[in-house]
Amino acid sequence: MTGWANISQVKEKIAQTSAEDVTASYLERIRKSRINAYTTIWEGAIEKAREIDEQGHNGPLAGIPIAIKDNISTRGISTTCSSKILQGYVPPYDAHIVERLKDAGAIILGKTNMDEFAMGTSTESSCYGPTLNPWDKARVPGGSSGGSAAVVAAGEAPISVGSDTGGSVRCPAAFCGVVGLKPTYGTISRYGLISYANSLEQIGPLATCVSDIAALMDVIGGHDARDSTSVQTETMYKDALVDDVSGLKIGVPAEYFGAGIDPAVENSVWDAIQLFEELGASWEQVSLPHTSYALAAYYIIAMSEASSNLARFDGTRYGLRNEGENWHVMASRTRAEGFGAEVKRRILLGTYALSAGYHDKYYLKALKVRTLVKQDFDQAFKEFDCLMTPTMPTPAFKLEEKVEDPLALYLADVNTVPINLAGVPSISLPCGFTDGLPIGLQIISKHFDEATVLRAAYSFEQNTEHHTRRPAEVA
Amino acid sequence: MITKEEVEHVGWLARIEIHESEAQAYAEKLNAVLDYFSQLDEVDTENVAPTYHVADIVNVFREDVVRPSMPQEEVLANTGKKQEGNFLAPRIM
Amino acid sequence: MVYENVDGVKIGLEIHVQLNKLNTKLFCGCSTDYHNDEPNTHVCPVCLGLPGALPVLNKRAVEFAMKVGLALNCDIVGQTQFHRKNYYYPDLPKGFQTTQYDFPIASHGKVIIDGEDGERIVRITRAHMEEDPGKLMHIGSIEKSKGTLINYNRSGMALIEIVSEPDMRSPKEARRFLDKLRSILEYLDVFNGDLEGAMRVDANISVMGGERVEVKNISSHKGVEKAALYEIMRQKNFVRRGGKVVLETRHFDEQRGVTLSMRSKEEEHDYRYFPEPDLVPMRVADRVPEVIKTLPELPDAKRERFTSQYGMADMHAKALTSEIKVANFYEQVANLVDPRSAAVWVADILKGELNYRDVSVDAFKVEDIVEIIELVTGNKITERSGVEIIRTILDNGGTPAAIVKEKGLIKVEEDIVTKAVTEVLEENPEALQDYLGGKEKSLNFLVGQVMKKTAGRSDAKTTREMLLDRISKLPPK
Repeated sequence: MTGWANISQVKEKIAQTSAEDVTASYLERIRKSRINAYTTIWEGAIEKAREIDEQGHNGPLAGIPIAIKDNISTRGISTTCSSKILQGYVPPYDAHIVERLKDAGAIILGKTNMDEFAMGTSTESSCYGPTLNPWDKARVPGGSSGGSAAVVAAGEAPISVGSDTGGSVRCPAAFCGVVGLKPTYGTISRYGLISYANSLEQIGPLATCVSDIAALMDVIGGHDARDSTSVQTETMYKDALVDDVSGLKIGVPAEYFGAGIDPAVENSVWDAIQLFEELGASWEQVSLPHTSYALAAYYIIAMSEASSNLARFDGTRYGLRNEGENWHVMASRTRAEGFGAEVKRRILLGTYALSAGYHDKYYLKALKVRTLVKQDFDQAFKEFDCLMTPTMPTPAFKLEEKVEDPLALYLADVNTVPINLAGVPSISLPCGFTDGLPIGLQIISKHFDEATVLRAAYSFEQNTEHHTRRPAEVA
Repeated sequence: MITKEEVEHVGWLARIEIHESEAQAYAEKLNAVLDYFSQLDEVDTENVAPTYHVADIVNVFREDVVRPSMPQEEVLANTGKKQEGNFLAPRIM
Repeated sequence: MVYENVDGVKIGLEIHVQLNKLNTKLFCGCSTDYHNDEPNTHVCPVCLGLPGALPVLNKRAVEFAMKVGLALNCDIVGQTQFHRKNYYYPDLPKGFQTTQYDFPIASHGKVIIDGEDGERIVRITRAHMEEDPGKLMHIGSIEKSKGTLINYNRSGMALIEIVSEPDMRSPKEARRFLDKLRSILEYLDVFNGDLEGAMRVDANISVMGGERVEVKNISSHKGVEKAALYEIMRQKNFVRRGGKVVLETRHFDEQRGVTLSMRSKEEEHDYRYFPEPDLVPMRVADRVPEVIKTLPELPDAKRERFTSQYGMADMHAKALTSEIKVANFYEQVANLVDPRSAAVWVADILKGELNYRDVSVDAFKVEDIVEIIELVTGNKITERSGVEIIRTILDNGGTPAAIVKEKGLIKVEEDIVTKAVTEVLEENPEALQDYLGGKEKSLNFLVGQVMKKTAGRSDAKTTREMLLDRISKLPPK
């Protein structure tokens, strides 16, 4: 009965039947799934939905099922970052956004698959095996929030949350043909988000349409005293849903249409920009000259922070524990066994980049380049309200295509990582298809100007049909 | 260029056991990435300050007010290695 | 007198002070009051390093740290941030320690101590804030242990690490410095030195211009003195035999009183410091004037005031001001009785008895010492009885009045009479001779003299008996 549906459609269904029925049908769908998008299905969901039916709930998401990325702490529900090292870990506390979602009446269906510790662009490095792209099961769903994007695309949840360190919400949103937002750094509390690279990442919502993104933001956004980097914002995201882009000044950065871009992607994005022009916006080319250095700077910073963030997984207090003649050997073996190849590579590189003699060459240098990248954006936003680019240079690539070549995988993030370095908001939404595979348009705005991003995205959606297309097997 | 020996040293610093047989393969993969990173050398960053935080926030504090701690069973719930309310680890050296 | 320092001893100290007068830990709301509680009952996701938990800085901890810096005559930094010090150890639940690095909250200070040859300045290099690791207990000895028990109650406690220049020239000066530091910290009310693990010291020791050796984690002032004595002797002997002291870290075995080398692979570090992304910078310089206003009178100032205000000897002023509790106790006493007598009684007598028993001045009531001083100065009891009452109160409890009664105010009266008897017999040898020669009336004269001397406090009958008793015991001539 359920499937690809947005929040208001699910609400209608609940009104016609019950939250329990709706939840049950999602769970049934998940059990039959062949895309391996969930790492844990939460059996308590049914009971929770029944409670809402019986006791009533006036929260904005009352009875709406949701899927949560496996790197967000959920009290009593296994949270593993798709890593062997966290097998068996059941958090004793809820992340801030999980508290907010529960208060809003949302029903957690389960945890979604991801690249191990969010380190990847394909969801292939999960210890549970890859998630498959619902549009073509021979292809990756993107990553690292591949599970969160795939469940929405496959109708296994109407909405979900992921996290975006260097594109991890937007990339899978693009590859799976859904909408995904990376908000401004500091907009959503990271309390309970298991850190990969804390100075870069934000939790972000994924959904079938822009309205649902706004609805989710109204629930999970806002200040939290437990995250020192969380800021006070008073944005009502729903208010930004206006179908009007007249006068909007769009910048189109040439560097984001560089070598390796798929012509179909390029065409779709230009078609989109042209549509904006038809709707009353104007566009101009702009240059962000340090873009080509953003990728290296991003990876150095992310790996450095990761090498420290992942130090706590030492077998002592939770998760996997190996043997060893002393604590240090135990920790070394636990980590050697518990982390996958890519995670180990990034920890080693990050450790190296911070170590005596290399700190200035890599880590400090990367942070200085970060300043230059950020300045590029500051400069551009003096002239433009937003920037538009392809989210990914290509549509979803084939499974295993890039597994053996880490660098090739990193290069796929070229259009998404600069946004995290600068901390600005950006959204990916469907803007076309090529050979049956979705293409994502990325809209970027300045700090705390989610309103512009959402207004542009909403207007585009109101005037196009791309977001209504669904994978063949989702009836 | 990171050497095999440096890989082993970094492995120890990061507490990731690396067998001698793996070190060479690691060195090759890491060097491919480090080589890519070295493109930053060409960026002029003279007089550029590093960006540690993108949000320009300072002075975030908490009042000195006690909040409840977790019960001991919950603290120890995620490990099988415990003794008399303590975590139990192998000896240190 | 000039202290020669023939061995060229240089001692610098790094002192970890727990700001245990805070209600909560440095980065979370867990209570600091864990000392008598079960292991792992004062922890939360933050101080247990659970995945996803984030730190938020305790505002009062920053104020405490600023107070310490200002009391040590330091400059307070304009802007600073916390860094991560990365290393692996089971007491460190996040795999890094959150600490300050390039911009400590306070730097360039000084402390004046009573050195080997008078006042000596010890320069303070820096004082920075950091979090305490958890506590490890080795099952058996550290080298051959069967396992390690970990209690994270201490994890995340606010510490201030105070680093001195190598300005101390003897173990005694090192100890004096620590005593002074503790005194200042207790004056500031940021620290209770009586709690276990409240102050831990690393000592850097060198002789004759050689490399410094770091002795880590010494838990008492006495231990620092002992470790330094041992280390100086060891280094001197080593050099005498042609050795060259190398930079190294040693561990102090408190029981055996020796330092042991700790060289092992586990001790090799490359801390890979970088700014903690989960905490934002702090700018505190503009708060300095406000914090200065909250600073109490410190030991040196109080010592000066005591000599001028109460007219006491500097020796007494020093003894009374080294501990804030004693100083406050004294001032309460001095408000009620003669301040000079109070100085003698509190500094010389009461403090000695307290030290002997290793108890704090909290064990004694102001009204009790006041009563004792009044009894003595009112000539109602002897000084010895005063001391006796102090000892009785400390050992068995009770009040001065009850003790006077129980032990016999009478006995006390008798003491006065006994003293008078002795004096009268010495002062009147002729009357004594007359009595011994058979003149009964001379005894009446002596009784009268005693009663006069004691202002009628003794009755005639008792006095007579005492005189007779004393005369019978006089040595034959």
